[in-house]
Amino acid sequence: MKFRTLGRHIKEGFKSLGRNGWMSFASISAVTVTLLLVGVFLVLLLNINAIASQIEDDVEIRVYLEKTSEEPQHQELQQQLEGIEEVSSVKYVPKEEGLQELIDSLGDEGKVFQSLEDENPLPDAFAVKTERPQDTPLVADEIETLDYVSEVRYGQGTVERLFKITDTARNVGLVLIVGLLFTAMFLIANTIKITIVSRGTEIEIMKLVGATNGFIRWPFFVEGILLGVLGSLIPIGILIFAYQFIYEAVSMNLNTILFQLLPVYPLMFQLAGLLVIIGAFIGVWGSMTSVRKFLKV
Amino acid sequence: MIEMHDVWKTYPNGVMALNGIDIHIEKGEFVYVVGPSGAGKSTFIKCMYRQEKPTKGNIIINGRSLIKVKERHIPFVRRQVGVVFQDFKLLPKLSVYENVAFALEVIEESPKVIRKRVMEVLDLVGLKNKARFLPDELSGGEQQRVSIARSIVNKPPVLIADEPTGNLDPETAWGIMDVFEEIGTRGTTIVMATHNKEIVNTVKKRVIAIDGGRISRDELRGNYGYEI
Repeated sequence: MKFRTLGRHIKEGFKSLGRNGWMSFASISAVTVTLLLVGVFLVLLLNINAIASQIEDDVEIRVYLEKTSEEPQHQELQQQLEGIEEVSSVKYVPKEEGLQELIDSLGDEGKVFQSLEDENPLPDAFAVKTERPQDTPLVADEIETLDYVSEVRYGQGTVERLFKITDTARNVGLVLIVGLLFTAMFLIANTIKITIVSRGTEIEIMKLVGATNGFIRWPFFVEGILLGVLGSLIPIGILIFAYQFIYEAVSMNLNTILFQLLPVYPLMFQLAGLLVIIGAFIGVWGSMTSVRKFLKV
Repeated sequence: MIEMHDVWKTYPNGVMALNGIDIHIEKGEFVYVVGPSGAGKSTFIKCMYRQEKPTKGNIIINGRSLIKVKERHIPFVRRQVGVVFQDFKLLPKLSVYENVAFALEVIEESPKVIRKRVMEVLDLVGLKNKARFLPDELSGGEQQRVSIARSIVNKPPVLIADEPTGNLDPETAWGIMDVFEEIGTRGTTIVMATHNKEIVNTVKKRVIAIDGGRISRDELRGNYGYEI
């Protein structure tokens, strides 16, 4: 194909959009509505995932040491802990620090324990985090068998339940997104099909004057991309505007400091890119599968 | 220029449209194809630009076989043959100019050549001043002229017309006939299927009559020979 012809195809794709005004409008609207839904659910899913990860990351294993153990033994144990494959970090927490943390975490009531500073009953400890939070119970079991360890705590029972909840949330979100994407693909492709079916005669004439299949396909390819990309612009605009608004509202409210939403950028850039690509892909797919039917003249 | 050797066509529903056709049309000839409705005229014509593929036999146009050609080479064979349809088959959303230019865009002509040739043929068919009109804004005769302009703009050696005057009033039909004669004088081989008795009997040319899927008559300077 000559370069000039490619230019012609691109120009034809644009022109065709205008010539089939209402049909193009219908297709673009279908893309807009479905991509908006997909976008909303994507943002939800990504945030659920992020929040779940934040909560999971707070899970750590406290390894309390035997009170009789000494400094060299602590170092030996630390090396052993760091040697466990799933472990990502090991932090030494001397008993003074442990007590301070306890006092801080209890707030006003914690002041009761301040009298204990001279006679600290807490043992020294290691704070261990795992690469994957889900490995916590397993690693904890392994640590329990090591020497100089008096006790291992990670919120047994509660943590397992927490992981169950976060996993379920993720899976439900994923199923929703996949289902929605499929629905979107068929809805959009079908709308585009209807618009192209009405142009069957046009394709037939092209074939009869000696146009090759490739020559006929190209403008439809361009048109498909345009329908998809144009259809994704409005959802992207709405999502950026709405998410910014929600993000600011949430971060202003200090009560919700428990969890944090994903920052507006780069999330919105990624989302915009993704929606444009999905739109273009579905547009081309719908347009190409519909043209194929008419090429057999 | 056009050769058909023992061409048979049976449609999937069992209708036998062509039953052994043998013809030979020389370069520059002007041929009428006549016959009653359902005699196989349309199938005969459609086989010539490969809209229908014969069940058996061979068709050779300008030295190239239409039967042995690969699927993807069909477009190139079609470019050897200009086709004019009874229902014009113009693209309704393209202007007269764009409709004609389309046949040249397909063969990737340069914009300069396209502009020159399109205006030339529009001049030939007498529509130079209506280049920007849409097909809907033209009369039937004018639309048929556009269709003719499109069929000859890439200078095909063969022009095939399937009842080009079928939808037109007698006066307009004569205007269209004039255009065909003009094209014929330039050396293009023309095959025209028609029901127009008056034209066939007045403008004497070779007449091929098809009946029951066979050639029943083939006369130089023949008559229409059927009652409508």
